[in-house]
Amino acid sequence: MLKIKNLTKVYEGGVLALDNVSFEVPDGQFLAVIGLSGSGKSTLLRCINRLIEPTAGQILWNDVDIAAASTNELRHIRRRIGMVFQNFNLVYRSKVSTNVLAGRLGYVNPVWSLFNRFPKMDYEKAKKTLARVGIEDKADNRADELSGGQQQRVGIARALMQDPEIILADEPVASLDPVLAHSIMKYLEQINQEDGVTVLCSLHFLDIVHRYAHRVVALNQGKLVFEGLPTEIDDAKFKDIYGRDAERVG
Amino acid sequence: MMKKIPETSKKNKASIWRSLRLGLYILIGLLVFAYGFQVTEVNLQEFRKETRQASRVRVTRNLAQPDIFEYDYEETIYNAPFYLPCPVGEVPPQPDLVINSHSVSIPDCAESGGTITIEGHNFPPLSTGYIYLVPSSDPNSTLALHKGDFTVDREGYFIAEITLPSDRDSSEVQYIRIRARAKTGAPHFSENAIATWDKIIETVLMALLATTLGTVLAIPMSFLAARNLMKDVKSPLTSIALSLLGWPIGIFMGFIVTGWLGGISLQFSNHWGIDLLVSIVSLLVILAVFRWVMPRSEEIPPGLALRLARLLAGGFIVIISIFTSFHIAGLAETAGNAIVSAEGMFAFLGNFVAKSADILITVTPAIGGMTGGWILSSFLGRMGQRANERLKSGFVRILNIVFAAAAGTTIFTLFGAAVKWLYEIEDPLYTFTLPAIVGGALGLLLAFLTQPKKSLQSGLFLYYVTRTILNAIRSVEALVMAIVFVIWVGIGPFAGVLALGLHTVVSLAKLYSEQVESILPGPLEAIEATGANRLQTILYAVVPQIIPPYISYTMYRWDINVRMSTIIGFVGGGGIGFLLQQNIGLLNYNSASTQMLAIAVVVALMDYISSVLREKYV
Repeated sequence: MLKIKNLTKVYEGGVLALDNVSFEVPDGQFLAVIGLSGSGKSTLLRCINRLIEPTAGQILWNDVDIAAASTNELRHIRRRIGMVFQNFNLVYRSKVSTNVLAGRLGYVNPVWSLFNRFPKMDYEKAKKTLARVGIEDKADNRADELSGGQQQRVGIARALMQDPEIILADEPVASLDPVLAHSIMKYLEQINQEDGVTVLCSLHFLDIVHRYAHRVVALNQGKLVFEGLPTEIDDAKFKDIYGRDAERVG
Repeated sequence: MMKKIPETSKKNKASIWRSLRLGLYILIGLLVFAYGFQVTEVNLQEFRKETRQASRVRVTRNLAQPDIFEYDYEETIYNAPFYLPCPVGEVPPQPDLVINSHSVSIPDCAESGGTITIEGHNFPPLSTGYIYLVPSSDPNSTLALHKGDFTVDREGYFIAEITLPSDRDSSEVQYIRIRARAKTGAPHFSENAIATWDKIIETVLMALLATTLGTVLAIPMSFLAARNLMKDVKSPLTSIALSLLGWPIGIFMGFIVTGWLGGISLQFSNHWGIDLLVSIVSLLVILAVFRWVMPRSEEIPPGLALRLARLLAGGFIVIISIFTSFHIAGLAETAGNAIVSAEGMFAFLGNFVAKSADILITVTPAIGGMTGGWILSSFLGRMGQRANERLKSGFVRILNIVFAAAAGTTIFTLFGAAVKWLYEIEDPLYTFTLPAIVGGALGLLLAFLTQPKKSLQSGLFLYYVTRTILNAIRSVEALVMAIVFVIWVGIGPFAGVLALGLHTVVSLAKLYSEQVESILPGPLEAIEATGANRLQTILYAVVPQIIPPYISYTMYRWDINVRMSTIIGFVGGGGIGFLLQQNIGLLNYNSASTQMLAIAVVVALMDYISSVLREKYV
C-alpha cells in the first residue's frame, strides 16, 4: 500500500508544482495519472522515489515514510521502485545489456561497479528479462541503434531487473506511435497482472487510460482534481481536468 | 506642408548627429592605431638598411638550406713554390704540379699586389676548392691567407684568378696552396640531423608522458569541477565539520603508518627472493580478503558485527597493500637494475622498471597519507550524517558547535603553519594563536547561523574551490612553469614533462568538466532511480557519455603538448627547443632550419594522426 499524504512541492523560484496532494494506491493496482502538461504529473512521480525532494508531506510505503528516509535507506527503497521514462533515458553509447544490467546497481557493491562486474545471476537475469520483452537478439547492440519502441522495451527491462514492487512510468508512450504505444502498454499491463507489480503511469490519451488503468487520479495546476474509475470521467469532469476550453476527441 | 518641415529637419539633425558620432568613432580608432604604431615601433627605415638587407638575405638563404645531409670529403692539398716579388735573375722553371693525375699550372712568381691566373685539369668534376698564399718557406705551415675559391666544371677543368697582397714581399720562397675538396661516397645524415632526430623523439615522448600524467589526474578533478554533478551534493554541518577534521588527522596518521611500514619492510627486503615471496603471498591474501569484504551483491543489509569485521578486514587490506607495495618496489628495483647492468637492447626497459620502483617508493607515503585522510574523513563524515539524522535537533546543534569550532581551528592553524614556513615568521601569536582564534570563531559563527538539521551545499563549495584553483594555475603558461620546475628537478626533459603535465591537468580538467556539464540529464536520473549511489551513477550514466569528448580533448591536448614541448627547451625544459635555441644563438641558421623543419613535420603529422583517431573513436 502506497499512501501519499499532503504532498507539496515548491520549486526554487516559488512555483507550486504539487499542492497538498493525497491519495492511496493499493498493492497491485494500475493507476493512471492524467492532467495537462505542467500539471505536476512528472513531479508527483519523481517525488515518490525522491528524484525530486518533496517540500512537505509524507509518502508512506508499507508504513515507511520515503520522504524522511536517510540516504542509505533511500537506496534500499529505490531499488524496489522501477522507473520508465518518456524519453527512455537509456545510456545511448552503452550496450543494451549494460543498460539492462544497470537495473541491478542498487543491489551490487559499488566497489565491484568500478570494474563493471555484476554477480553471475544478474547476467542470466538480464538475458531472461530481455527475452521477456522480446529483444534478446539486441543484447550486444548499442542502445542508440534501436528503434524507439525497442528502446522503451529496454527501459522496461531495466526497471524489471530491479525486482520492483512499484513501477513509476512517466508518460512511457508519449514519444511513440499509437501501435507501439499499445505494445508498450501491454508489457506494463502484463507486468502488473502477472507479477503483481503496482504501476503508476502518467498518460495523455484517455483511450489508453480507459483500456489499461484500474483507477485514475487527475492533477490540474498541482491540485488533485479527480480520483476514481476511468469510466467516471464524464464531460464535466473532463473540463475540470483539462480546462474549460478543452474539447474531447475520440 | 508646414508641419512636415520640422520633421525633416529633425531627421537631418539626427543623421548629422549620427555621422558626427561615426566620425568620432573613426577618429578614436585612428588615434588608438597611431599610438599602437608608436608603441610597437613600426619602422621601415630599419627594414631598408643595407646591413639589414644583407643579413636578411643571408639568414633566409641559410634557412632555405637545412643542414640534413652531408657528404664525406676527400681533400687534396697542393703546395706550389712561389716567389713574391719575382726575384732578380732566373727562376728555375717549375714543372706543372701533378698529384693523383690532377694537374695545376701556377706561375712561378708575381709582382707584389699583382694578379695571377691558376688553371687546373683532370679535377673531380663539380668539386670545389680554396686557394691560399702560404707566407712562409715551410710548405706545411698552418698560416695560410685565403685568396680565392674555385669550382671545377664538368670536364674537370677550372680557372681562377687571385690578387696577391702587397705586404707579404719576401726574398725567400713562399707557397701557393690549393685545397681541393671532392665529395666521396653517398650522402648521409649530418651530425646535426642525427641530434635533431634524437631530440624530436624526446620531444614527442615528453608530450606523451605529460599528456598521460595530465589526463589521469584531470579525470577525477573534472567531476569535482562539474556543476551539474556537484550542485546536488549536500551534507549537514556536522558531517562537513567532521570530515574536514578527518582529513589532516587522517593524512598525518596515514603518513606515519606508511613510513613505519616502509621501515619494517626495508628490514625484510635484503634479498629479492624474500621480496618475491612476500609480494606473491600478500597479493593472494589481499585478493582473498577483498572478496570476503566486498561481496558482489547483497539482498539484505549486513548486521553491525559483520560490518565491523569487514571494516577491520578492510583496514588489514590497506596495511598489507602498503607493505606489499614496498616489497614490489624493492623487487622491481632489483630486477630493473639487473636488466640495466646487462646492457642489452632492453636496458631502457630495465631503467623504466627501476625508475617506476623509485617513483612507487617515493609516492607510497603520500598515497598512504591521502588514503588515511580519505578513510578517516569519509568515516567521520558518515558518522556525522548518521548523528544528524538520528539525534535530536538540540543535540545536533551542540555537536555542530563543537566540531565546527574544532574544524575551523584546525584548518586555520594549518594555514598559520604554512604562513610561518613561507614567510619565516617566528612569532607564535601570528602563526598559531590568532589563526586558531579566528578559525574557531568562524566555525562557531557558522554553527550558530546554520539550522542544526539543514544540509549545506558542500558540493557547490567544493566546485567553486576546484574551479578557482584550476583557473589560477591555468593562467600560468607552461613555459613559465618550466622555469620553476627546472629549479625543482634540474635542467632537462623531466622538468618539461612536469610543467606540461601540470598545465595539462588544469586545462584538461576544465575542458572535461564542461563536457560533463553538457551531458544528457535523463540517463543520470534513470540510473539514480535504480538505487545506484553517486559513484555508480557517475560510472554508468556519466562516463559512457563523456568518453568521446574526453578522447577528442586528450588528442587535442597531445597536439598542443607536442607544439609546446618544441619551445619548452628554450628555458631548459628539454626537447628540441634546446637545440633550436643553441643554434639560433650561434647564428647557425642552417642547423636551426633543420630543427624548424622537424617541428613542422612532427606537428603536421600529429595533427593528421589525431584527426584520424578522432574520426575513428568519436
